[in-house]
Amino acid sequence: MKIIIKNSSPDPIYKQISDQLRGMMITGELKEGDALPSIRNLAKDLRISVITTKRSYEDLEREGFLETVGGKGTFVAHQNKEFIKEQKLKIIENRLSEAVDEAKMLGLKKSELREMLDALYEEVL
Amino acid sequence: MNKIIEINGVTKEFEGFKLDNISFGLEKGYIMGFIGPNGAGKTTTIRLIMNLLKKDSGDIKIFGMDNSKDEVAIKDRIGFVYEESYFYEHLTVKKMKDIIAPFYSRWDDEKFDEYCSVFGLLPNKKIRDLSKGTKMKFSLAVALSHNAELLILDEPTSGLDPVFRDKLMDILREEIQDENKSILFSTHITSDLEKIADYITFINNGRIVFSDQKDVLLENYKIIKGDSGILTGEIKSELLGVKENRFGFEALCNVEKQNVFSQFEIVTEKPTLEQMMVYMQNK
Repeated sequence: MKIIIKNSSPDPIYKQISDQLRGMMITGELKEGDALPSIRNLAKDLRISVITTKRSYEDLEREGFLETVGGKGTFVAHQNKEFIKEQKLKIIENRLSEAVDEAKMLGLKKSELREMLDALYEEVL
Repeated sequence: MNKIIEINGVTKEFEGFKLDNISFGLEKGYIMGFIGPNGAGKTTTIRLIMNLLKKDSGDIKIFGMDNSKDEVAIKDRIGFVYEESYFYEHLTVKKMKDIIAPFYSRWDDEKFDEYCSVFGLLPNKKIRDLSKGTKMKFSLAVALSHNAELLILDEPTSGLDPVFRDKLMDILREEIQDENKSILFSTHITSDLEKIADYITFINNGRIVFSDQKDVLLENYKIIKGDSGILTGEIKSELLGVKENRFGFEALCNVEKQNVFSQFEIVTEKPTLEQMMVYMQNK
C-alpha cells in the first residue's frame, strides 16, 4: 500500500488519501477483507492529524468501500461487482479520451489511432 | 463524557490585561494547538487550567472534574511542561527526578531512563548547568514518564532546534496512538502544528478568535491577491487583514464570501496557520 501526500496539491489531504485508497480498491490492489491500518497508525505514518485520516475513512465507509468492525479495525468491504466495473469503465474511458486528445493534437486520423489500438490490443493478448 | 478539557465562560482580569469570557473544549484522543501572539493569554489560560491562578468567574473541568476541587486527582493524570524551568537549579537531574516521582501514582522509572537516553540527559548533571533546550527536554521527560492521559505543553518548542522539534512531534504522535490520551499544545511556532494538530484554538487579546478542527479552518479560508482597484468599501468589509501596496492587495477571505470576486481577476491560495493568525489579527 502506497500513499503519497502532495502539499502542493489543491486537493485537501483527506481527499488525497481517500482518492488513493479508492483507486487501490478499484484496481484490486486492495481486496475484500484486507485490513487497513488504524486511523491513528496511518496518521502517525503519514505525519498528519488523526482527524484527517478519520475523515478519509469515514468518506470511504459512506461510499461502501470500507467497513469498520468495532474493536477489530477497518477492512475493505464486500464490493458491488457491477459498481466497480462501472468505475473501471470510467477510468478506461478517461484514459482513452486523453489518448484521443493527444492524437488530435498531433493531427492523427481516426483510422491511424484505431490501427494503433488494434496493435496494442493484440500485443497484450 | 468524552471531553477532557471543558472551559466555560472563564474570565480573569489583571491590571492591563483581561482574559475575557473564554470557552473551548478538547475531546479525548486528539491534539489541540493553542495559538496566538505573545501576550494574547495562552499562558494565563494554561495557568488557570492548572489551577495556578484563581479565575474571577466561569468554570473549568478536566476529566469531567472541577479543576480546583479535584486538583490533586487531576494533576496526577496530567503531564505538563511550562515555558520556564520550575526545577531546583542546584540539584542534579537524578535528584530532581527523585523528588518529583513520588508525587505521581503511576510514575515509570524505566520510561524516564529511556527518555533521558533518547534526549541525551545526563543523570548527574546539575539543572543549572543545562542549556535552555536541555532543561526543556528534562521537563518533557518528566511529563512523559507518569502515564499521563493529558499532556499540557506551554511553548515546549520555543527553545528547541528544528531537529529536536521534529523528534518531539514524533513522540507526540506516538503518545496519541493511545486513543485515551489528549494533548494541549501552546505555541507561536505554528508550523509544528500544521500537520499534527486535530484542533486549533486561536486566542488574541484575551479572547478566543476561533476554536475548530484544523482541516475545517484551513478549508474555510483563502488568501486572495489582486489589483487594489477592485477594493471597494463593500468588498473590503468582507475581507480580513487587508494589506495593500502599490502593486496590489492581499487579504484573507472566508470561502463563502469569495463569490464577491467572481467578475474580477484574482489569485487564491491556501493559507497556512501562520498566515491565518497574522491576517485575523490585523482585522
